[in-house]
Amino acid sequence: MATATTPEPAPDPGTPAPALLDVRDLYVEFRTRDGLAQAVNGVSYRVDAGETLAVLGESGSGKSVTAQAIMGILDSPPGFVTGGEVLFRGRDLLKATPEERRKVRGARMAMIFQDALSSLNPVLSVGAQLGEMYEVHQGMKRKDARAKAVELMDRVKIPAARSRVGDYPHQFSGGMRQRIMIAMALALEPDLIIADEPTTALDVTVQAQVMDLLADLQREYDMGLILITHDLGVVADVADRIAVMYAGRIVETAPIHDLYKSPAHPYTRGLLDSIPRLDQKGQELYAIKGLPPSLTAIPPGCPFHPRCPRARDVCTTDRPPLYDVAPGRSSACHFWEETVRDEEPPHAR
Amino acid sequence: MPERYVPNEAVTHGDGGTAALAMAEAETLEGGRNGRGGSPRDKPRSLWGDAWRDLRRNPVFLVSALIILFLVVIAIWPQLIADGNPYRADLAKAQEGSAPGHPFGFDTQGRDVYTRTVYGARASITVGICATAGAALLGSALGGLAGFFGGWWDALLSRVADIFFGIPVLLGGLVFLSVVTSKTVWPVVGFIVLLGWPQIARIARGSVVTAKQNDYVQAARALGASSGRLLLRHIAPNAVAPVIVVATIALGTYISLEATLSYLGAGLKPPTVSWGIDISTASTYIRNAPHMLLYPAGALSITVLAFIMLGDAVRDALDPKLR
Amino acid sequence: MPAEAILEVRDLVKHYPLTRGIVLKKQVGAVKAVDGVSFDLRKGETLGIVGESGCGKSTVARTLVGLERPTAGAIRYHGEDIAKLSGRALKAVRRNIQMVFQDPYTSLNPRMTVGDIIGEPYDIHPEVAPKGDRRRRVQELLDVVGLNPEYVNRYPHQFSGGQRQRIGIARGLALRPEIIVADEPVSALDVSVQAQVVNLLERLQDEFDLSYVFIAHDLSVVRHISDRVAVMYLGRIVETGTEDEIYGHPTHPYTQALLSAVPVPDPEAREHRERILLAGDVPSPADPPSGCRFRTRCWKAQPVCAEVVPPLAVPEWFAGAAGPAHPSACHFAEERHVVPSE
Repeated sequence: MATATTPEPAPDPGTPAPALLDVRDLYVEFRTRDGLAQAVNGVSYRVDAGETLAVLGESGSGKSVTAQAIMGILDSPPGFVTGGEVLFRGRDLLKATPEERRKVRGARMAMIFQDALSSLNPVLSVGAQLGEMYEVHQGMKRKDARAKAVELMDRVKIPAARSRVGDYPHQFSGGMRQRIMIAMALALEPDLIIADEPTTALDVTVQAQVMDLLADLQREYDMGLILITHDLGVVADVADRIAVMYAGRIVETAPIHDLYKSPAHPYTRGLLDSIPRLDQKGQELYAIKGLPPSLTAIPPGCPFHPRCPRARDVCTTDRPPLYDVAPGRSSACHFWEETVRDEEPPHAR
Repeated sequence: MPERYVPNEAVTHGDGGTAALAMAEAETLEGGRNGRGGSPRDKPRSLWGDAWRDLRRNPVFLVSALIILFLVVIAIWPQLIADGNPYRADLAKAQEGSAPGHPFGFDTQGRDVYTRTVYGARASITVGICATAGAALLGSALGGLAGFFGGWWDALLSRVADIFFGIPVLLGGLVFLSVVTSKTVWPVVGFIVLLGWPQIARIARGSVVTAKQNDYVQAARALGASSGRLLLRHIAPNAVAPVIVVATIALGTYISLEATLSYLGAGLKPPTVSWGIDISTASTYIRNAPHMLLYPAGALSITVLAFIMLGDAVRDALDPKLR
Repeated sequence: MPAEAILEVRDLVKHYPLTRGIVLKKQVGAVKAVDGVSFDLRKGETLGIVGESGCGKSTVARTLVGLERPTAGAIRYHGEDIAKLSGRALKAVRRNIQMVFQDPYTSLNPRMTVGDIIGEPYDIHPEVAPKGDRRRRVQELLDVVGLNPEYVNRYPHQFSGGQRQRIGIARGLALRPEIIVADEPVSALDVSVQAQVVNLLERLQDEFDLSYVFIAHDLSVVRHISDRVAVMYLGRIVETGTEDEIYGHPTHPYTQALLSAVPVPDPEAREHRERILLAGDVPSPADPPSGCRFRTRCWKAQPVCAEVVPPLAVPEWFAGAAGPAHPSACHFAEERHVVPSE
């Protein structure tokens, strides 16, 4: 157990200021008894301090696995990182020793999970769990740690923090538990927070509270935030940039406004068209045909081609690279130009 | 509190969110793999089919199954590999070591140890299989009904099970079996069933309670299905796996329990040929004639080990968490 | 214009007793999951019931299909109170009210083939289909929900979530019911698959002349599919009306807060959208607040709200107004625009 904080080695002075987190060409596979599942296939993205990157994808898109690989909490076996770099302030975490990674985790980057109840230890009071962060990482005395715990609970706006610090996780509501998870992630004032579906399990009214809190705290601490979600609505409310994943690949990255206004990948367009809108009583919903591919048998060429309304022959053979659409925008579609302009073939509605 | 009877399977959680999350993701992959029912090569598979496929590839299962098969065969037809009479005594050869035609030597009454070891399998296997079958049937019927209907019946059963759990096995065995005069295996089988069913009942109850909460049971109920249909068609097939696992492992322990009781003079009684009785006799002469102890004790250990290994392999194959 | 009501729910109450003791149980209280809910379902329409977890919407669904017996109140199907039926008569009514479950992974028995799952309704109600005809009917149903009829011998785990939900829907259709109660039928599905299932439900409604009770927490999906909507909070309906009345002209503060909290997939909206952030959490249904149950989180609450239960009625000021009038259980009901219109 570490008893004192170790200062991070300063980044190489010769290079330009590296991004907070720079993931380059990451590959992750799962070796299961029924074969090889290619969960992440060459994912690259970067996050700067104070920025919110949303990673959007459906189940099996590899969005959570990517995050686990970044955090170094991938279950291995069956999961293995087979290629790429995870540069945190210019330093490749994949090459770091387990002990070094452990120190980075929690202190410099933290993660918030969807299910707060199973992420908290049911037999320890929340105060003890929050205080533990300080005791373990900063060698604080128990009493001081407890005081810090109360302070944290105040900061994530848990009412009557002082009297509730001794309560156990099950005594809190879902929204309050998620606040405790956020407090825990914040405890050591990390530079980067990865939030994996942080509000999916919560009710709408509570969801809004928690998202607001997260956004406020991010601004206050100038952290980088990776928001992993399947919900296009949540993303629109908070993200600066967005990366859309499909079958273990990034198919489109864009500043948030551009993506909603003129998606450059048919999958993104399909997703946007297929969600019912609160502000309109639609006719029949557009439905992306077919099903997401099996990760053990990803189609050749563009993995989306069997479901794509724009697919041509080339899509079945040539894997599209990430084309530059505009500065800060890219799309993995051979026909991104017509997609952006939303011209022929329009969706058969 | 009734909560105590939930089996381990239902209450163990992953160590925190990381594990749970990784698991969920792995399941997603699994779902992705099996789920796209489009490709022609995937054949219909069931949990049992999957389990069998796993077992066939598992060396532990293959070895233990072979041993058990062998034991069952010689329990039924001991004359296949031992021609002779386990009771024939030749006092002149008492305690002699191995001799041509008598590889394991002779016991203190001059009986052939090899023949007795082979014939001893019958008692152990009979007790093991019958006691397990009895305990499993009784335990899963009572536990299953308690889990399904709940209420006072459940509370009553749980208390009764508690009482049986409280009985010290050996003391109970000595007291109960000392009053029995029958020289057959059945009093021992009966005693083991009596002590063994509560363990199975707990597992069955917990497993039925878990299965009962599944939406598909609710769905059948909403269709108007009767209780019998719910139990037999929807709950039992989904609740039986843990019972099978526990029963297989219990079989090994029942065999060793029989031997222990026989050793203490409370289990099987001569003239029944049993490893426990022979071990008991031989222990007196361990310095002079260790071979008398070695062979029956070795046979017993191998048998118990084989059943416990089989239980382990079956659990690995059926464990829903690995699936 | 309004068709006849085929299902009338009146003052439905479902309390779950809280007990102490194991053998001798003593009631120490009750979770008031549903506490006086009334609504009508008309032929061919979709009634959406929305609310947050713990509001009692799923309990309403379970009482409608007979999985729970109401503590009090009536559920009249074509005038006959099914809450009072039992045995054969109840079984007959159940044929006409079927349910689609939320979780496609737990609602199908993993040990049964798809054919057995969809055919099970015929085993339980053998009078519906002669034995020799069942296989054909099952295959027809598979075809109707958009699955390959040759899949009858497959097991549920060989299908994806969306396909499984289609199997669940086929099972619900097997007895040709009049009413389908769908409890969060798409919330467990991926976005791209959700749309397929929503479209399927709408198509089946036309094809089989079904009436839906559609229960969901996703207000956008509910708006899309529903003709009328009821908003529930802590076991009661707080506001009900047509889809346009609820979304376009909400008058209850809770409805307004709920609608304003829904994230809109449009980053342009985030600057100028008015969001009503509610304080605190939903109180426990075992000990709901007196008077108006929403008052503990309501910004309009006055002393009267703690004393007088607001009836679910059309507010008086609506009487003369030209706008669409609909019932709202608030002493200070007043229209407020929260959903950005196009």
